[in-house]
Amino acid sequence: MSEDQNRFIADHVIGLPRSGIRDFFELVAGMKDVISLGIGEPDFTTPWHIREAAIYALEKGRTFYTSNLGLIELRREISSYVGRNFGLEYNPQNEVLVTVGVSEAMDIALRAVLNPGDKVLYQDPCFVSYHPTVMLAHGVGVAIKTDAESAFTLRAEEVKKSWEPGCKVLMINLPCNPTGGVAERKELEEIAKFAVEKDMLVISDEIYAEMTYEGEHVSIGTFPGMRERTIFLHGFSKGWAMTGWRLGYACAPVALTEAMMKVHQYSMMCASIIAQDAGIEALRNGDEAVKKMRQAYQRRRDLVVRRFNEIGIACHKPSATFYAFPNITSTGLDSVTFAKRLLEEESVAMVPGTAFGKYGEGFVRCSFATSYDQLVEACNRIERFVNSCK
Amino acid sequence: MNEVFKLLAEGERLNDRQMAEILGLSVEEVEAQLAALKEKELLLGWIPVLNPEKDDSLAVRAAIEVKITPERDGGFNRLAQRISRFDEVESCYLMSGGYDLLVVVKGASLHKVASFVSERLSTIEGVLSTATHFMLRAYKEQGYLIEQPAEDKARLDVTP
Repeated sequence: MSEDQNRFIADHVIGLPRSGIRDFFELVAGMKDVISLGIGEPDFTTPWHIREAAIYALEKGRTFYTSNLGLIELRREISSYVGRNFGLEYNPQNEVLVTVGVSEAMDIALRAVLNPGDKVLYQDPCFVSYHPTVMLAHGVGVAIKTDAESAFTLRAEEVKKSWEPGCKVLMINLPCNPTGGVAERKELEEIAKFAVEKDMLVISDEIYAEMTYEGEHVSIGTFPGMRERTIFLHGFSKGWAMTGWRLGYACAPVALTEAMMKVHQYSMMCASIIAQDAGIEALRNGDEAVKKMRQAYQRRRDLVVRRFNEIGIACHKPSATFYAFPNITSTGLDSVTFAKRLLEEESVAMVPGTAFGKYGEGFVRCSFATSYDQLVEACNRIERFVNSCK
Repeated sequence: MNEVFKLLAEGERLNDRQMAEILGLSVEEVEAQLAALKEKELLLGWIPVLNPEKDDSLAVRAAIEVKITPERDGGFNRLAQRISRFDEVESCYLMSGGYDLLVVVKGASLHKVASFVSERLSTIEGVLSTATHFMLRAYKEQGYLIEQPAEDKARLDVTP
């Protein structure tokens, strides 16, 4: 009788694909002694001073709703942090909106701007929820290819090639989960010019900015004509190791912030006050902890990228994020088969690249946010597996 | 600072071979960098961090505030160095504030520490006074938390 209920389910939800991550998670869940390189979050717990601030907030009885936009003290800290580190100025009174993670920010941004059928350009491979979030907002996703030849950087030429009439929004994630891809300044500048030319709104998810190891992180909103057409998204999950707190934010000109706020206030009301209090502490005193974690990730990156290339699964060196995205085609296997067999034969979990989009075929995502001994052991097992495929 | 140092500073226990593997160096290169750290006296040596709550050889520890007379040549150095040389002295620091040296002393029993202070330390020419504070319980030792519940690092196996 189960199919009976399907008649109640909305067409566009039925049309949503199941997350490839979810499938893989279920496969891993039944197994023992797996070394997982499939975890898209830091292995550090939130720095103690941030946790302590949340405990203090609870002790003081801070258990109520906040303003829909979020605590003004937090919005001031966000405004100052974004100005200092990204070169973008936003008024904390009406241009900063605190959300339940960047995922919510992404959702309300799209829901606030899309009419049914509006097209959204997004890079591929990309974070698993990008395309589904567009679909849930009744938009139509248009993928922009990024590839290993250019280290998965976002290139202006590809953006232009993918553009088609009706593209209202360009949605980018730089640095990118799962590829670690970024965009060079001159490419980003050209992309910005193109966005102005085609009058596109840009939604820029910069959640991995703090995990930049080489080169500068450039925000697309800093180019001429861009501030007024950019929604800047950021949050605490990655840089401050605060995934479970669910705390993010959107910064945008007043009219856009106001529109997102409408969706936010009727669905979420506000982010958890305890998380917001912790966020204030993170921005005021968290720089040192962020730096320490970045340095640890960088050394782990050097280790896995070097080992992958030795093993014979070619891997570009991502200049940001804690993901490596090696090419596994030398094994003669496709992404899903590689990941499944590696899991079954060597108990190492990596996520097939196709979970992140069609251009992820031939790749797997390796999260190196795990301890050295696990990484060393995992690389040895991967080596054994790759050799067995020859 | 060299790569080996940065890795050591992260605090994981790694042998030379593991460090070589992580850093992409040969074992000889790791050894050379370690030797350079010792040469510069940046790395003083290796000792295990023991739990004072469980290790009987550390049955008694005391922090001793010591006032001493500075000397015309060298100030506090000569006396501080002399005091540091006793095996009983675990660490010794020159302090600002109400006293001059903070001396951490360990011993098998209260009696042994007390006699070290009264017979050896206070009798040194130039030591004006001592105030001994016995440590009652350790909550954190050299960066390690003691007898506190472990963190529940329950990450899911696969997440986006």
